Amino acid sequence: MVYDVAIIGAGIIGAMTARELSRYRLKVCLLERTNDVAAGASRANSGIVHGGYDPEPGTLKAEMNILGVEKLFRAAEELHVPCIRNGSMICAFGAAEEPAVHALYERGLVNGVKDLRILTGDEARELEPELSGEVSLVLHVPTAGIVCPYKLTIAAAGNAIDNGIDFYRNFAVCGAEKTDEAFCLRAESGETVEARYVVNCAGAYSDRVAALFGDGDFSIIPRAGEYLLLDKAEGGRVAHTIFQVPSAAGKGILVSPTVDGNLLTGPTAAAVESPENTEITPEGVETVKALSARSVPGVQFARVITSFSGVRASEKGGDFIIRTSERVPGLVHAAAIDSPGLTSCVAIAERVTELLSGAGLVLEPKAHWDGTRPDTEAFRHMNDEEKDAFIRENPDYGRIVCRCEGISEGEIRDAVRRAPGARDVDSVKRRTRAGMGRCQGGFCMPHVMRIIAEELGIPEEQVTKKGPGSHILTGRL
Amino acid sequence: MTEKHDIVIVGGGPAGLAAAVAAYDAGVTDVVIIDREEAPGGVLRQCIHNGFGLHKLGRELTGPEYAAVYAAEAVKRGIRILRETMVTAVSPDREVTACSREGILKIEAGAVILAMGCRERSRGALNIGGTRPAGIFSAGTAQRLINCEGYMVGKKAVILGSGDIGLIMARRLTLEGAKVEAVCELMSYSGGLTRNIVQCLEDFDIPLYLSTTVKEIHGRDRLTGVTVVAVDESRRPVPGTERYIECDTLLLSCGLIPENELSLAAGIPLDTITGGALVDERRETEIPGIFACGNVLQVHDLVDYVSDEAELAGRSAAAFVRGEISQEKTVTVSAEKGIRYCLPQRVHTDAGKTELYMRVAAPAERVKIVARDGERVLLEANRRRVAPGEMEKITLTPEMISGAEEIRVSLEAWK
Amino acid sequence: MKKELVCIVCPMGCRIRVDGIGDALTVTGQTCRRGEEYAIAECTAPTRTVTSTLHLEDGRSVAVKTAAPIPKEKIFELMAIIRAATAKAPVRIGQVLIPGIFGTDIVATAAVD
Repeated sequence: MVYDVAIIGAGIIGAMTARELSRYRLKVCLLERTNDVAAGASRANSGIVHGGYDPEPGTLKAEMNILGVEKLFRAAEELHVPCIRNGSMICAFGAAEEPAVHALYERGLVNGVKDLRILTGDEARELEPELSGEVSLVLHVPTAGIVCPYKLTIAAAGNAIDNGIDFYRNFAVCGAEKTDEAFCLRAESGETVEARYVVNCAGAYSDRVAALFGDGDFSIIPRAGEYLLLDKAEGGRVAHTIFQVPSAAGKGILVSPTVDGNLLTGPTAAAVESPENTEITPEGVETVKALSARSVPGVQFARVITSFSGVRASEKGGDFIIRTSERVPGLVHAAAIDSPGLTSCVAIAERVTELLSGAGLVLEPKAHWDGTRPDTEAFRHMNDEEKDAFIRENPDYGRIVCRCEGISEGEIRDAVRRAPGARDVDSVKRRTRAGMGRCQGGFCMPHVMRIIAEELGIPEEQVTKKGPGSHILTGRL
Repeated sequence: MTEKHDIVIVGGGPAGLAAAVAAYDAGVTDVVIIDREEAPGGVLRQCIHNGFGLHKLGRELTGPEYAAVYAAEAVKRGIRILRETMVTAVSPDREVTACSREGILKIEAGAVILAMGCRERSRGALNIGGTRPAGIFSAGTAQRLINCEGYMVGKKAVILGSGDIGLIMARRLTLEGAKVEAVCELMSYSGGLTRNIVQCLEDFDIPLYLSTTVKEIHGRDRLTGVTVVAVDESRRPVPGTERYIECDTLLLSCGLIPENELSLAAGIPLDTITGGALVDERRETEIPGIFACGNVLQVHDLVDYVSDEAELAGRSAAAFVRGEISQEKTVTVSAEKGIRYCLPQRVHTDAGKTELYMRVAAPAERVKIVARDGERVLLEANRRRVAPGEMEKITLTPEMISGAEEIRVSLEAWK
Repeated sequence: MKKELVCIVCPMGCRIRVDGIGDALTVTGQTCRRGEEYAIAECTAPTRTVTSTLHLEDGRSVAVKTAAPIPKEKIFELMAIIRAATAKAPVRIGQVLIPGIFGTDIVATAAVD
């Protein structure tokens, strides 16, 4: 079979592009090098829906950000992914930093951001009492929000799969050959797929993927960002996402609530050699603590439950690369999608679709496309009476497996069954939050492994943490 | 579905079982234990090593055997144990909400005893640098996988933390054919019992590196090694002392944290040091009718003391149900120099003989534990050797307590 | 001989010193008779109670121990015997699963239905 379109990379851009293309009568496949979607930057980023005050006017980033905000809120609603418009605050500390607030305000106006306001430090502290007393001027962006980036990716990919696209895991594209009318994409495993058009959404690997096609005119600079995630006991510390104006002291260290009720601080920004470099460093951790305490001094870092690092894909030009390849007809790049990529993802997916159409792909809408996805968190949000009735019909939901987050066996089975099904412990964690709480899986991991093994019909020894090579057990006694 | 019971016990581990039996024997027979696991016994079910029960039962048992003794007592009395049932909420007016395959159960309780136990500190809370491969387990998780599920977790291991679980697991891994390369301890002394250092490490020539921690984790998919580093007195890494140890497994045994999420949600004030509720001499929290015992109250090193504490809580809950409540004022008990915490944190002035449990801040020899009321010495107890890993206790008489204004406990040199 | 050891009989952790040759050992530092017995045994014929799990035929396992301490140097030999053996459920606590090794039995420490 020859696919009409192959999408390389199942991050948020690839998943959202797959969903967009699933509207049409096309044969589409989504190729992912790892065991799950959202393996790269889409797994570990700030989860911010940016207002659009930041990108330089006239750039693709500015255009996609402004177009993207409302599209993202709508898609999140259709996909039942929590997305909260909590607003953001960009803080200046003293007179020297205040001009930057005014400059961002002006830039926001040019970009078309609505409802921007400049607040004095005291006005801001009335809205956000834990804000540092040193904050003197604030840009308030009420249209900004927060979303869980990997949940959005999982939902978008799942919706695309439900609408007929094919998902290939552990398909690391290592070769691309042009045959008559199509590209033959070869995976490291030896597996191949053929497709007439290819979309390169390979994130930090997108320059390498471009090179496989003989298109090597951009190069990605991987930049690592380290974060600290705090217990839900800290989640109410701030309501808004608190940024600092870019300064010598730090760029973009934020303090933000998450949609799940935790508190997130970070990221650092360090150039790294490899996209694989998602290491946590003591220096990074200290930087995050020190700089976030500058905005919100009351954060209790004793309540850190985990730290993580994500690699963002930047390009030296600083802008997104969303274009049809000049050298390789039929290849479209959506590359160098760093911030505000998450905010822009739906707008980018639509732009990619237009580019494919421009390159000759015929877009014929399906008669029965369904852009909604059932709420995977419905059970968690039921009240006791509703839960009781539901458990009586579905007893697995009454057996709590993850005690910290209160996740039931039924929800874990769903995570394995519902596209894109979880195939490992970390994938279950991202779908259900089982293992994401205070004990970090200490109690529930053996149960989660057993359930995965049962659902997949494999021995427990074959259950992995995050795909091939990451086995948890070394055998039976 | 709403039920009514005199006493509801949250947790069917050693604390919950002993509390239930004691409450029953004190005359309150309508006792229900709610347990999340498929069988009672709590963490003892995976603690297959011996060393339990010497104080309490006068013989040396393994964990499952010790648990079975108390489970049998509960069964003999016909005490109901709800299995695979998770308590999701306890309200200040003692309504308990639980969840099981049968649905949501609500119980209006005459008294509630919290006995949820504790959890292990996770990697995230430790902030160890490096990658996030498979092969990193908290020691208790590995213990469960090996002893209850029958799986092996690795071939070459490093263990961070020399608390008892870490030591026990060093031996367990060795017996099952793994090589334990090192046990690293951040502090300058081990937090484990001496017998465990001898029988789990020295017997098998496993090196214990004190004042040493794991600085970095290596490996992408499965752990390939760790970098360990020596630390100074303020527990900061000493540059230049880094050493790479090849291993596929890292066990973390870095402290236990009482699992008090239910208590917090119920509005029960906690002690910032113990991580458990603030209680009086009867183990009643600051919310009337809600009691706490076992590792959810303070992390114990001997299950025997858990049983003692739980029996006290069980008897107290029974007294509460019968309306026997002290009308006297309470005086605070506070830990001072050399003592990290002291429990209970308050006592009624009409209290009977009261045991004060405490942990010292650092190892010391030839010291005395001194209890004072203001400047007046109530009690002095000499100790040849004390260590933070081994809980200490002293006993106050009713006479010492009745006139007291404020009880302060400290550790002083033995003259 | 001269040997210093920390007593493990109870959590007291007495530091015991053993001096002497052959049967003429003098023990100092202990605070009870069990400590003295332990110290002499450690210096002459150290023994250990071994705990482990034993496979059941149905794939599950059961916790076991040696009913009495065995010579310390036999620990790994014992583990090999345990690993090679299987038992059949149901098992009750105290049930002998492997009789007569190193002068004692392997008994179940947990019940399996």
